[in-house]
Amino acid sequence: MSSYALKERVFHHLTKFFAFLVLFFLVAIFVVLLVKAYPAIEAFGFDFLTDEKWAPNLGIFGGFPAIYGSFISTLIAMLLAVPVAIGIAIFLSEVAPSRLKSPMGVSIELLAAIPSVVYGMWGLFYFAPLMRDLVGGNGLGLFTAGFILSLMILPFIAAITRDSLNTTPQILKESAYALGATKWDVIKDVMIPYAKAGIIGSVILALGRAFGETMAVTFVMGNVHNVPDSIFQAATSIPATLANEFNEADTELYYSSLFFLALILFIISFAIISLAKFHFLKRRKKVSDRKHKWHKLVKQWRRK
Amino acid sequence: MEKEIIDLEVKDFSFRYAGASADSLKKINLPIIKNKVTALIGPSGCGKTTLLRSLNRIHDLYPGNEYRGEVNFEGRNILSADEDLIHLRTRIGMIFQKPTAFPMSIYENIAYGLKLQGIKDKTVLSGRIEKALKGGALWGEVKERLNDEADALSGGQQQRLCISRAIAVEPEIILFDEPTSALDPISTEAIEKLIMELKDEVTIVIVTHNMQQAQRISDYTAFMYLGDLIEYGETDKIFNNPDEELTKQYISGQFG
Repeated sequence: MSSYALKERVFHHLTKFFAFLVLFFLVAIFVVLLVKAYPAIEAFGFDFLTDEKWAPNLGIFGGFPAIYGSFISTLIAMLLAVPVAIGIAIFLSEVAPSRLKSPMGVSIELLAAIPSVVYGMWGLFYFAPLMRDLVGGNGLGLFTAGFILSLMILPFIAAITRDSLNTTPQILKESAYALGATKWDVIKDVMIPYAKAGIIGSVILALGRAFGETMAVTFVMGNVHNVPDSIFQAATSIPATLANEFNEADTELYYSSLFFLALILFIISFAIISLAKFHFLKRRKKVSDRKHKWHKLVKQWRRK
Repeated sequence: MEKEIIDLEVKDFSFRYAGASADSLKKINLPIIKNKVTALIGPSGCGKTTLLRSLNRIHDLYPGNEYRGEVNFEGRNILSADEDLIHLRTRIGMIFQKPTAFPMSIYENIAYGLKLQGIKDKTVLSGRIEKALKGGALWGEVKERLNDEADALSGGQQQRLCISRAIAVEPEIILFDEPTSALDPISTEAIEKLIMELKDEVTIVIVTHNMQQAQRISDYTAFMYLGDLIEYGETDKIFNNPDEELTKQYISGQFG
């Protein structure tokens, strides 16, 4: 074998090894979670997902409050962030005068660079007291967490949506204007449909981020295993529970129940990211389908 | 000879791009004759596309551009500041260098301009869409699949879709900006044939790099060079017996 071919092979296998390493870690993490969660899975089964009671001193562990808190706080965050973020993106891509576009775009991106612990501190020391004055209670809870989360994912959705809107070819926009469209017509009928895949993708990724966010939520959630009557009451989420309670987990079942929650978080996050990937793949497939049709016609022609 | 009606008149028209230190168009005078094809030819950078894009004021999408002089159309100077651009662009349509089908169905693409004008009635829409697609010589190929996405059509079909979309709103003039530069010869032929048929209904101004194309399809030709209109006249005359030496050299391929 020539030294060139040898190098080629080494390189090939080395990169392959690195690529498989990622897969290995993914599987390894899943297996560890599964093994550690097993005692709790055995003890509670699927009831863990719906059981509301979390009483470590009694040895009773139900995951529902944490799962519920995660979903509701994420939902609040999405409802608050998505419309505002898309509005910001539209402003930055088509409405704003060009001297404003760049500085405003950069400040949005800087918002994304703030560490989540800072958001959490701000939420606890500024926003929570404000909420307490406005709606009573201690100011912590699902809405406060949802609001802080919405601030964190807002720049993310806004930046990706703006970039997607900016990929609309100028000539396509001009064609709409040339038919007598107004600026708003062009945004709503040409740019948003053109950028749809990117917008939905950014929303799904933001969803994943909000769902798994730990630090900021732990600060402002209140951290009680409770399914509250109102979104202004204290609750908990899966990541907040995990961050708070490992120190206190003095029994095997407690410890294992936390791992069970982690496993659920892993699976849901994985599902969300897969959804995003699937969404993009479907989009690409439409194009390749068209090519495929052509290839088939060419084959038929060759047979003749 | 039949009587010629001037549909649009460019008078002492100058244009300067935002931030530029010189005019890109210098005192252009050009009549656009009704129901005829007028070709704008000249080497790259001569200002022919700039002139074309002035006629529906699409330049206004970008701030700071400056118009001087007059462009008279339907009894008014369309360069005036209070011109209703939305209305103007429904009267003067435009076809671009590349097909620009919108990311929607074939039906929706044609319906788009009509809906912008507030036409919502389904039967009216369907009738106008069929008429437009027939006018754009596309009906036979798409009538079975009006609800398919427009981007599934070939490039040539998409360009005819754009032409159908433009004629659906029944404009007075259609501006073509090198409409076949992205198309293969067969699609190009179809578009050229279509343009010659369309002139019974609309007035056409076409920018083209292709002198044979100008010769084949136009009735009048304007030769431009470095922002000046060098010569304008009947296409036969411009190509066979031009007055200006510059025109003669350009059409014989000596520069450009």
